[in-house]
Amino acid sequence: MDLKEKLISSFFAFEEQIDLENDIHQLRNNAIKFFENKGFPTKKEEAWKYTSLKSILKDDYSIFPKKEETIEYRDIKKYCIHEIDTYQIVFVDGIYASHLSNTTHDKFDACLMSSALNNPKYKSIIDTYFNKIAPEESLTALNTAFSKEGAFIRVPKSVAAEKPVQILHFSTGNESALMLQPRNLIVVEENAQIQVIERHQSLTANAVLTNSVTEIFVEKNAMMDYYKIQNDKISSSLIDHTHVKQESNSHCSVHTFSLGGKLTRNNLNFYQHGEHINSVLNGVTILEGKQHVDHNTLVHHTQPNCESHQDYKGVFSDRSTGVFNGKVLVDKIAQKTDAFQSNNNILLDDKASINSKPQLEIFADDVKCSHGCTIGQLDQEALYYLRSRGIPLKEAKALMMFAFANKVLTGVKIPEIKNRITKQIALKIGVHLGFDL
Amino acid sequence: MLEIKNLHASVEGEAILKGINLEIKPGEVHAIMGPNGSGKSTLASVIAGNEDFEVTDGDIIFERANISELAPEERAHRGIFLSFQYPVEIPGVSVTNFIKTSINQVRKAQGLKDMPANEMLKKIREKAAMLEMDRKFLSRSLNEGFSGGEKKRNEIFQMAMLEPKLAILDETDSGLDIDALKVVANGVNKLKSKDNAVLLITHYQRLLDYIVPDVVHVLMDGRIVKTGDKQLAKELEERGYDWIKEEQAAKV
Repeated sequence: MDLKEKLISSFFAFEEQIDLENDIHQLRNNAIKFFENKGFPTKKEEAWKYTSLKSILKDDYSIFPKKEETIEYRDIKKYCIHEIDTYQIVFVDGIYASHLSNTTHDKFDACLMSSALNNPKYKSIIDTYFNKIAPEESLTALNTAFSKEGAFIRVPKSVAAEKPVQILHFSTGNESALMLQPRNLIVVEENAQIQVIERHQSLTANAVLTNSVTEIFVEKNAMMDYYKIQNDKISSSLIDHTHVKQESNSHCSVHTFSLGGKLTRNNLNFYQHGEHINSVLNGVTILEGKQHVDHNTLVHHTQPNCESHQDYKGVFSDRSTGVFNGKVLVDKIAQKTDAFQSNNNILLDDKASINSKPQLEIFADDVKCSHGCTIGQLDQEALYYLRSRGIPLKEAKALMMFAFANKVLTGVKIPEIKNRITKQIALKIGVHLGFDL
Repeated sequence: MLEIKNLHASVEGEAILKGINLEIKPGEVHAIMGPNGSGKSTLASVIAGNEDFEVTDGDIIFERANISELAPEERAHRGIFLSFQYPVEIPGVSVTNFIKTSINQVRKAQGLKDMPANEMLKKIREKAAMLEMDRKFLSRSLNEGFSGGEKKRNEIFQMAMLEPKLAILDETDSGLDIDALKVVANGVNKLKSKDNAVLLITHYQRLLDYIVPDVVHVLMDGRIVKTGDKQLAKELEERGYDWIKEEQAAKV
């Protein structure tokens, strides 16, 4: 039985665990039918032209893992941003781990999707926001069908969350192969503010496939910064769908640090629904071996006077492969749009590759839209310059790569995250740097 | 200190240096002058170890060791410094972080520990002040958006920080106005001692009014064709290079 059949037949077993009276049930039913029709995306689809899921769909994934309670904080500490005080919503093999978590209903809600879906208190929010911006697409539908657990964050009007929230998904390897489908919903109401850090991390070398969907609503004058730390084991793959809808005068940034994993696909969509909106999409990708990362972004400008800023940088060594497909859509009425997109890549080895495809569809006539894409090697002249000052080749290369990625890291507002990413990049490159950038 | 014997070098198969002989002793200042395309900058690059150039014959001896095969960083570790004619812009690396990395890598190669942070800071401030550099430059990305003059001043700042045994200044005077030239020359003069040496590469006599050479060489078509004292530079300024060409032709 292939994975598609297994998932479809598992859906009936899944229905036995859930409340069939819940309104969500009809949504799930429709979603599984949609998935049944479409199946997994293949390279024949334009959006998946350079990313084949074949190699990660052949494992016999467990869909309903058992609860694992032996994991302790010391097992996961290094994967948490523990240097600062945060709320933590921790899942182990897809199941909420209360002993590792620190959630809150004080001032704002940082809790569980399962309780939000079932608690009458949240019904109006679920009705208003759940599955409203996730597009009809087979993997998203698959997630919707099985959506049961994840993080639910709601920051009420005029509240600034005093600490960031970490959403952490760990897998233990209790199953030889595990499929996870977390579903997150984040609502930042008018004038509210929050920072979120997300990480998917396997604790063993067993195969993990995560198909994650996150819907984010940033209301008027609200601010949201989202940091995705992707530095998983080489046996783990991640397909992420993050959809952001922004209202007038709001700011939202998503930073994606792709440093690990076997195959990672980041679908990141921004929908602007008001004026004077600022959207920021930043990415640093550093790959080696046979790793593959595909960034598929969309920014849809539907109203005038908005900005979007995309900056993705990648360094690829060995046989690693990257994809950047960035679409910027400017509607006819979205005059005075200021949209910037940049994708710069360095290929360190002959067998490394990147496919970069900017896609600008502009229907307004008074806009400032620019995009640039570069693919190159490290500047030999600059390397010689550094070496002539006594900096050995390896360190000179590292310095150049840091300098290259540095621009993207300057937008990171939590210094501890910046330091960690800097160190992780240094570790990947295998050098010790005498300073922090 | 530096002894160059019958040095031949080529780039992409084209011979540029065709048998250079040169000896520089500690405490000396040498100037190399010559028309465009004579091989002046190539000589500077070859001494510094630029791998774009292939040494096809001859040796470069520095402090009694043959350095012809050494990597550029190894030459820097031994105390050779090249002030670039066209310093490279490196966005994302600040002048301060760059010089810290450079100094500590040189120290590491010499078996020394990192320079203590306060000592480093003090030295950076002192040298920047000597070269009348704006403090803002130190936190800016290396050479990015610097004017020609600022780039050259930054090169001499690096030289002041690294205190090399042999400093090669490749057209350091080009792009400098007279005030900046005086500051830069003053910086170089302050660094001069009986133990180190300077090799100036220049088109014009102007720089030599401020950094007075002990020996002046004329480089033409990849060979040193004439050597003299500082008077030779003055003569070149007045008469150009044609008379030397004629002298050479007469010899043949």
